[in-house]
Amino acid sequence: MKRDLVVIGGGPAGMAAALSAYQNGITDILILERDRELGGILNQCIHNGFGLHTFKEELTGPEYAARYIEMVEEKKIDCLLQTMVVEIKGGSPCYVTAMNKEQGMLRIEAKAVILAMGCRERARGAMNIPGFRPAGIYSAGTAQRYVNIEGRMPGREVVILGSGDIGLIMARRMTLQGAKVKMVAEIMPYSGGLRRNIVQCLDDYGIPLKLSHTVTEIHGKNRVEGVTVSRVDENLKPVPGSEEYVSCDTVLLSCGLIPENELSEGAGARMDAATQGPVVNAKLETTAEGIFACGNVLHVHDLVDNVSKEAHLAGAYAAEYIKEGFESWGEPVRPKIPEKSKCVLPEGRDSSRQLICIGCPVGCLITAEKQQDGTLKITGNRCPKGEAYARSEMTAPVRTITSFIRIEGSENKVVPVKTKEGIPKEKIRQCMKEIKQARVKAPVNVGDILIENAAGSGVPVVATGQVKG
Amino acid sequence: MYDVIIVGAGVSGCAIARELSRYRLDVLVLEKALDVCEGTSKANSGIVHAGYDAKPGTLKAKLNVEGSRRMKALSGELDFPYKQNGSMVLCFEEQGIDTLKELEERGRQNGVPDIRILTGEQARELEPEISDRVAAALYAPSGAIVCPFGLTIALAENAADNGVHFKLGMEVTEICAVQGGYQITAGNEIFTARMVVNAAGVYADRIHNMISREKMKITPRRGEYLLCDKKAGNMVSHTLFQLPTALGKGVLVTPTVHGNLLIGPTAQDIDDKEGTETSREGLAAITERGALSVRELPTRQVITSFAGLRAHGSGDDFCIEEVRDAEGFIDVAGIESPGLSCAPALGEYVARMVIEKLKPEEKTDFISRRKGIVSMALAGEEERQELIRSNPAYGNVICRCEMVTEGEILDAIHRQLGATTTDGIKRRTRAGMGRCQSGFCNPKVVEILARELSIDESEVLKADKGSWYLTKQEGGEAL
Repeated sequence: MKRDLVVIGGGPAGMAAALSAYQNGITDILILERDRELGGILNQCIHNGFGLHTFKEELTGPEYAARYIEMVEEKKIDCLLQTMVVEIKGGSPCYVTAMNKEQGMLRIEAKAVILAMGCRERARGAMNIPGFRPAGIYSAGTAQRYVNIEGRMPGREVVILGSGDIGLIMARRMTLQGAKVKMVAEIMPYSGGLRRNIVQCLDDYGIPLKLSHTVTEIHGKNRVEGVTVSRVDENLKPVPGSEEYVSCDTVLLSCGLIPENELSEGAGARMDAATQGPVVNAKLETTAEGIFACGNVLHVHDLVDNVSKEAHLAGAYAAEYIKEGFESWGEPVRPKIPEKSKCVLPEGRDSSRQLICIGCPVGCLITAEKQQDGTLKITGNRCPKGEAYARSEMTAPVRTITSFIRIEGSENKVVPVKTKEGIPKEKIRQCMKEIKQARVKAPVNVGDILIENAAGSGVPVVATGQVKG
Repeated sequence: MYDVIIVGAGVSGCAIARELSRYRLDVLVLEKALDVCEGTSKANSGIVHAGYDAKPGTLKAKLNVEGSRRMKALSGELDFPYKQNGSMVLCFEEQGIDTLKELEERGRQNGVPDIRILTGEQARELEPEISDRVAAALYAPSGAIVCPFGLTIALAENAADNGVHFKLGMEVTEICAVQGGYQITAGNEIFTARMVVNAAGVYADRIHNMISREKMKITPRRGEYLLCDKKAGNMVSHTLFQLPTALGKGVLVTPTVHGNLLIGPTAQDIDDKEGTETSREGLAAITERGALSVRELPTRQVITSFAGLRAHGSGDDFCIEEVRDAEGFIDVAGIESPGLSCAPALGEYVARMVIEKLKPEEKTDFISRRKGIVSMALAGEEERQELIRSNPAYGNVICRCEMVTEGEILDAIHRQLGATTTDGIKRRTRAGMGRCQSGFCNPKVVEILARELSIDESEVLKADKGSWYLTKQEGGEAL
């Protein structure tokens, strides 16, 4: 098989890169995706907060993916699903070896290749947590897949290690599904997650965040029975005597992501020890000829919007390379990596008047003072969203709920959903009860109303993903 | 009544079972875990020792050299991973050379082939990554590495192919002598046999003490290990032992037969026969001691750590004998290192003890060969194509780190003594053994197991009873 461009991975990076190459005149494109649908990890990120830059509105992961899937389908860009790439070779041309159930081994000749394989999570071994090796220790993403894609619960009483966004999001998710999240322990003196996630994922549900704490031992021979949590000193070493036993049956690890570059290394691309991704030049080309890289395989991004942006560039550069051929490679250029967020909520915050805005990733600290005439004076917000948020939070706080509804008549077990708008905070419990009891039949499209009036709030629950019949 | 009941389906029990299956005997293996190879046999160095360690004249020495000599042929017959990579004992100080010479002499007496002492330079020529501190090394070209699960499972499957019965999840709770043999209570069932072989690993004392007035004690000796990514696996090619240093007994650094790098073990006597937890101190000790052997220990490449328990007896040698006050009851106890290396010889040694007593007829239809699960990761392109054509499940990659397909997992479940747990799948196919440590494949493996065993996903276990992954699915529970 011969193609102009082969894109490895059909997640946000792969789809955006393919679309951009298409817009730049390269139409003979093949996307290779190992899962059974496009969208990558976005499909299990059913919470909202995506797309503020790309689409100027707040979307859930599946909705963000669906927009790109629609564009890929519209342009009739070829995809092979459930296809695993086993080898890539750079050069002119490049070669990609892949396999799947239907075609067996595939050898594809391509003028250019874009790497968009994403990343994986750091596992327990890499952190050297001593103790037994029972069932019940999951990386946060594995648990997320179980809950949001399989509709299954990986445990009842949970301790989360690591307060990156995935850890925070899973704390809320497990809680909404009925688990008891005992704490989120974070070895650093600050959280690696966004401020708004600390507010809406932990504070909303009374889940303690223990900064400068880590899990120093896992107990239980067959299934997790508990963990020892210890305070750490400024060198991140556990402080003797600070051990606390916390009983739980589940440990979720949210301790960082690692770009998945085994294929890139096999292709001969040089790696950058700092980013753990391939070394690239100003045009996102790796040191292996004809092979470009973008998204989390290049370096771990905080926001999917930034992945899409970078992938658009990679697609355009690959198209240019295909049309105009190889120029000198030039200098290595390390992608600009935004500084990791080091989030600490202001100490001694009077939460009755000082609020963290959850409207966007910035998380402004807003002060809302009641004036003598009864009106509110809002300060500290950087945009009008903050003012609206503060007014609502001071009078009738609302939250958008994301979850899933079980589906019948499909290979999929669940369909992701959200409340179309925020619902009053006090109605969350009732809303979740209704969502859990609901059953729908495939097919379902994005935006379909699945519950008319969630918990009597007047707000409908709508599908955020598509499930074919 | 069975002719023989073997208690314990570790490498010794399975090797004995396989040897006995050459004869017209009704043999039963009772195992308390839900799979074979769940105790000492699953968590060790995976080394086929050359045989210079044991004192000449001991059973350890005899069985080790003989077992090591046979391992290669056995790996061909039973299709399990084995590689003769040679081993070195590294010595870091000039005065240690005398000890190396003693080991060399012992090796000669034990019949270890081609063993010799190398200077530091010669050693570095053979193994460039060893540290500059190495003053000399004892080189044993016959040293090898083996997949401990591969070996044990292969022995068990082949024994089962030849008619040996296995009952898993059956913990022996009582043994008493009856007319013409023994009665064993296990998992609320009662079995009788003319002879009993006690191959219960760290529990061999408990089994022995059920029947004998002369009490035995087995001390679990914990050994912790660090396992590194395959990226670090080709850092060294030989198995590198150490002479004891001021830091204590040495640790080894070795490639595994699957291409990872293994560092360990520690040695700590404990009371808990289930005490396979790792410790902060243990893991730190491995790193500290392992760093002596090589230029740079790849500690950033660690993908998992684990601990195993060696069954340490009271004497220096294995205890393989008929119990004095229990005729027809054979102890195979205290099988610590080099037990794995000994297995091929040990199986025959014990089988001969049984055969002398029961005098069975040899089978003419013994199946000597067993075919392992194919590995798509190791297969060539044409073989892969052929496999997918024969069964499309071989085109569906489940574990991406180790490239294990659904076809291999289905084979692991449905073959003789098939896997019923995710650990069983892992040890048979390597799904979940890789760098992400089952983060990606765990949900898929759980789903396949549930589907193939016709159970709910909440009933899928990691290993033993109680090691569930998922809660039962409840409808409408509130937060």
